[in-house]
Amino acid sequence: MDNNVIVSLKNIVVDFDDQIILNGLSLDIHDKEFVTFLGPSGCGKTTTLRVIGGFVEPKSGNVFFNGQDIAGLPPYKRQVNTVFQKYALFPHLNVFENVAFGLRLKKTEEREVRRRVLEMLEVVGLKGFERRNIATLSGGQQQRVAIARGLVNQPKVLLLDEPLGALDLKLRKEMQLELKRLQREMDITFVYVTHDQEEALTMSDTVVVMKDGLIQQIGSPEDIYNEPENAFVAEFIGESNILDGLMLRDFCVEFAGNEFACVDKGFARNQLVQVVVRPEDIKVVSPIQGQLTGLVREVIFKGVHFEMHVEQGGFEWIIHSTQASQPGEVIGMCIGPDEIHIMARTED
Amino acid sequence: MLQKKSLAGPYLVWMVAFIIAPLLIVGYFALTDAAGNFTLDNLTTIGRYSTVFARSLILAAIATVICLVLAFPVGYFLSRLRASKQHIMQMLVMLPMWMNFLLRTYAWMSLLEKNGIINRVLGLIGLGPFDMINTSGAVVLGMVYNYLPYMILPLYTAMTKIDHSIIEAAQDLGAGMGKIVTRVLIPMSVPGIATGITMVFVPAVSTFIISRMLGGGSNLLIGDLIELQFLGNSYNYNLGSAMSLVLMVIVLLCMSFTTDFGEEGVEGVV
Repeated sequence: MDNNVIVSLKNIVVDFDDQIILNGLSLDIHDKEFVTFLGPSGCGKTTTLRVIGGFVEPKSGNVFFNGQDIAGLPPYKRQVNTVFQKYALFPHLNVFENVAFGLRLKKTEEREVRRRVLEMLEVVGLKGFERRNIATLSGGQQQRVAIARGLVNQPKVLLLDEPLGALDLKLRKEMQLELKRLQREMDITFVYVTHDQEEALTMSDTVVVMKDGLIQQIGSPEDIYNEPENAFVAEFIGESNILDGLMLRDFCVEFAGNEFACVDKGFARNQLVQVVVRPEDIKVVSPIQGQLTGLVREVIFKGVHFEMHVEQGGFEWIIHSTQASQPGEVIGMCIGPDEIHIMARTED
Repeated sequence: MLQKKSLAGPYLVWMVAFIIAPLLIVGYFALTDAAGNFTLDNLTTIGRYSTVFARSLILAAIATVICLVLAFPVGYFLSRLRASKQHIMQMLVMLPMWMNFLLRTYAWMSLLEKNGIINRVLGLIGLGPFDMINTSGAVVLGMVYNYLPYMILPLYTAMTKIDHSIIEAAQDLGAGMGKIVTRVLIPMSVPGIATGITMVFVPAVSTFIISRMLGGGSNLLIGDLIELQFLGNSYNYNLGSAMSLVLMVIVLLCMSFTTDFGEEGVEGVV
């Protein structure tokens, strides 16, 4: 596994005006992987990307690219290319010249430039747009030009800084699939920054959840969603019910005033824990059948499902169900052993 | 529609009275002799002064190029500052313009004179004295000094529109500092460059104060020549009008050359 690490960050510290942005961050990115940095604004995800791109000089720590330390190497000497948040296209050049910019700087032969630019424009679906002025393109088309401009240089790693942030929802979903396809087709590493958890889950091979300049969890989208390591990750990746609990013994946990069977083990007896239950994992049953009974406070129609807020023992549960109960109704709730995820309690 | 047109009425009157009519009068004098008879002599006589015209054009062009070279990095530097600092620096650039033009140029006289401040300071360390005043170099210096802000401001305005991420994108694609300047900064500042050239070259080519004060008798410019025809000994307003007309054509030619690019830049000029 370790021999195909392409980018490696070791103990990166970055601060601006005495404010610490990255606090000793270490991370390995593997070749041909789609990695996403996910976190709320100000968590340091864009800064991490800019450290890899060479736009931010870390105060301490090392950046390795293919095993070589590249700290201090200016951006124009790095084998990575960036797709910027606001596209950053050159307004004085047409589509063709924008994409050709990097190749021309490398003094590529004119025929080769033509071939590669046209090929890349076809890949991103902009065939026939060569002569167009940048200002006449829509946001989505500009985005494609920016991606083509980076990819045409055949970088080992493409860095993408919230590239879909300015697009509308439908276009964004389209581009998500498109980016995933491009990454597979070009067979290179994509490092993607976003604050949108759904986007991260859709596209990534690996998700890196960040907060306050520290990595909270690294894992596949499934791991991150199903096995969050702490309350922050659980909360940030989709909605969840997080309760304090007590681990009675292996495979048995107590929370919300009841004992539940679970699949977790290895905690100490009577260890304080936090329990995560996803809203869609709670089954609504009749009050007699339920492990817990609660009072329905609110029912909101969300399209695919109903979101219900249910009060039980002073805790407000969120339940996603395809069948609506009535506000004021008393319902029973069932939670299967597989649906309970247990985390060591963190100070927060 | 008609109502909106009538709003331009007052200016229309102004324009006819103070722009079109005087132009026609200048044209009339240029094409007549002292007795009022039609003649092309005034225009043909100008050929005799071709060295003065050439000198004006060359000195103004040199001053414009020097302004451009000096102002480009300054404009870039200003455009990268934080907004609050930009205002202060903008003021500092304009500060000399608040001082009377004549006074500023007089100041240079006392600096550059044979017994002036510069020569005296140089004398202390055993250098000089140098002949600085009454040279064409002094005239160019005066032009650069007086018109530099008119180059800096439009360049700065054009460059504030260049987002920093565009420069980063160029770096990302492999451009070092030199390539960033030639491939991104210069092409993207073309409107500002065009405006700056016009705003420096036009007043420089027609100035008469600077050349008279700093150039002595040997560096006569078109402006001085025209002044002589109206206020000086040679009193010949027919010839003076013809010279003005030719100068105007030169200026118009220069402007038609630059306004193709310049439309965008003008709006930002203070």
